[in-house]
Amino acid sequence: MLKRVGYMLVTLFIIATATFFLMKTLPGTPFTNADRLNEQQLENMKAKYGLDQPVAIQYVRYLANLVQGDLGMSFKFMGRSVNEVIFERIGPSALIGFQALIVGTFVGLGLGVVSALRHNSIWDYTSVTLAVLGMSIPSFVFAALLQYYLGLKWGLLPPALWKGYEYTILPTLALSVTVIATVARFIRTEMLDVISQDYVMTARAKGLSETGVIVKHVLRNALIPVVTMLGPLAVNIMTGTLVIEKIFSVPGLGEQFTLSIVVNDYSVIMGITLFYSLLFILMVFVVDILYGLLDPRISVRGAKAK
Amino acid sequence: MYEPILSVDNLHVSFHSQNRVVKAVRGVSFALQKGETLAIVGESGSGKSVTAKSLMRMLPAQTAKITEGAIRYDNQDVLSFSPRELQKLRGKEISMVFQDPMTSLNPTMKIGRQIMEGLAKHEKLTKSEAKQKAIQMLEMVGIPQAAERIDAYPHQFSGGMRQRVVIAIALACRPKVLIADEPTTALDVTIQAQILDLMRGLQKQTGTSIILITHDLGVVANMAQRVAVMYTGEIVEIGPVHEIFTRPQHPYTKGLLQSMPRLDADRSEPLVPIPGSPPDVTRLMGGCSFAPRCPYVMRVCHHFSPQSTSLGPEHQVSCWLQDRRAEEMRRSFCS
Ligand SMILES: Nc1ncnc2c1ncn2[C@@H]1O[C@H](COP(=O)(O)OP(=O)(O)O)[C@@H](O)[C@H]1O
Ligand code: SF4
Ligand SMILES: [Mg+2]
Repeated sequence: MLKRVGYMLVTLFIIATATFFLMKTLPGTPFTNADRLNEQQLENMKAKYGLDQPVAIQYVRYLANLVQGDLGMSFKFMGRSVNEVIFERIGPSALIGFQALIVGTFVGLGLGVVSALRHNSIWDYTSVTLAVLGMSIPSFVFAALLQYYLGLKWGLLPPALWKGYEYTILPTLALSVTVIATVARFIRTEMLDVISQDYVMTARAKGLSETGVIVKHVLRNALIPVVTMLGPLAVNIMTGTLVIEKIFSVPGLGEQFTLSIVVNDYSVIMGITLFYSLLFILMVFVVDILYGLLDPRISVRGAKAK
Repeated sequence: MYEPILSVDNLHVSFHSQNRVVKAVRGVSFALQKGETLAIVGESGSGKSVTAKSLMRMLPAQTAKITEGAIRYDNQDVLSFSPRELQKLRGKEISMVFQDPMTSLNPTMKIGRQIMEGLAKHEKLTKSEAKQKAIQMLEMVGIPQAAERIDAYPHQFSGGMRQRVVIAIALACRPKVLIADEPTTALDVTIQAQILDLMRGLQKQTGTSIILITHDLGVVANMAQRVAVMYTGEIVEIGPVHEIFTRPQHPYTKGLLQSMPRLDADRSEPLVPIPGSPPDVTRLMGGCSFAPRCPYVMRVCHHFSPQSTSLGPEHQVSCWLQDRRAEEMRRSFCS
């Protein structure tokens, strides 16, 4: 357990270092109209953000702040810390991300289960085709389609902006498409695999009803591995929000991230990158523990030692 | 003769997959008497498991079809059972033990619950009664500290112990027929003997009839009163074990016996494996399916299938050598 936390910290450190040095190699400056500033002004600005120091010093300072949970100051928003920016922006992203995960998982589950139970039927072929489309077409294409048809043409839902709950629906749907497709395909494969296992035959040979066999023996064993998908799905959703929030003008972290890239707001870019990484690492950690709790064959050391 | 508990008459089963039909079972007939152990032997692929699964209607519904024949359990027509009637049959009247104990238990369910499931379904016991019964079953199959072990998961058991659990599940509702499909094939030799001992002991206690599928003639000699020999989906010879072992009549049975090491045999007598391998069941032609490998093959064998001939009240064989019409040839080949 401790070892695992150690690994997490090391991973985080490597990501922090990599982002820092990558940022340093990027061309451009964070100051708008840099060419109109004179030498002195530019020097002052750089001094203010510590950019006049050698890279090594900057790096050490950056790490020292990081250890205290301080992601530094934004270049763009005068006097505001990156922590504040993230904190302000996280709400909408978390909401649509979480909704997309829930909707996507449940719809995907349903499709996958129907597909497996009606293996090789028209249902199966339809949902497999949909799943392949859902996974290969990028989510912004769906976003654009949803926005155009549901939002503009038929006027069923607000096509953009963020003024109430109904504004969350389209971005959620757009984000959930990939999740649905991934989960459906995964569940289908898992269920088909489990259905052909000997222990399912044992269950049937006991005289259980077909529903009993599916619910108690097939579903449970097919669902456990789905937990491992949570990590990759979370990443998928995080990257998805970058574009989706832009398209639907959602004032979230993803939109801030794209904005910051446009204006070279290094500290915010680094901050959000690190924040996303942290989320992902935590996710992997939670998934591991969850898996250990769900599958009796795996015991997470420390969490479920006997 | 006693009343048979289970009888199979001219059973035909085929599998349909993309424009291919596999006739896995072709005209199998036998009757299982109350309290007896009937062994079914034969090389792998000869249709033993398919026959066994047919008895409980456990074949995959999409691909397998019982095209002909009848299965009667306790004078009921099993082939006409509704799903609900089948559920009442399975586990309660007829139970099954599968070959591989490593895969035949649900890995994420406590073994106690796996035993209790059938009890809950068939016996309408309360939870604590079912639990008591599960513990009792585990004790019966020789698992120590049964009261604690019911909360264990399959992976915490060895292969032999798991097979004991599988047997406990199968026998929990006191079925009248137990079908054991190669129950010891996946186990070590010493464990094999223990499991067979257990099955014999339990049969004595409960009077269960057993269909024991195996390809090990040693197991047959130890366990069964009668044996059916299967080859490419047909029973080529069936009879009392002592008779088949001492006076095998079908060339395939003879081959099987010659290819088996025997403790009582003269060590200098060499083991003779049957030459060749079973034919592809998708391209069987007319005539005896053993003809390509048969040392006694005659011209008639290639063209006409041999009919079942009775050699005694309980001994039947399907071979032209035994056919009365081929009496002449028989004398010239088996002098
Ligand atoms: N689910 C299935 N689908 C298609 N063919 C099958 C299936 N199960 C068995 N068979 C075929 O039926 C024949 C008999 O198989 P089986 O009864 O399992 O043999 P065994 O005597 O080794 O138990 C084999 O040729 C096998 O290929
Ligand atoms: S019928 Fe002919 S080929 Fe078949 S086993 Fe008898 S002798 Fe051999
Ligand atoms: Mg078999």
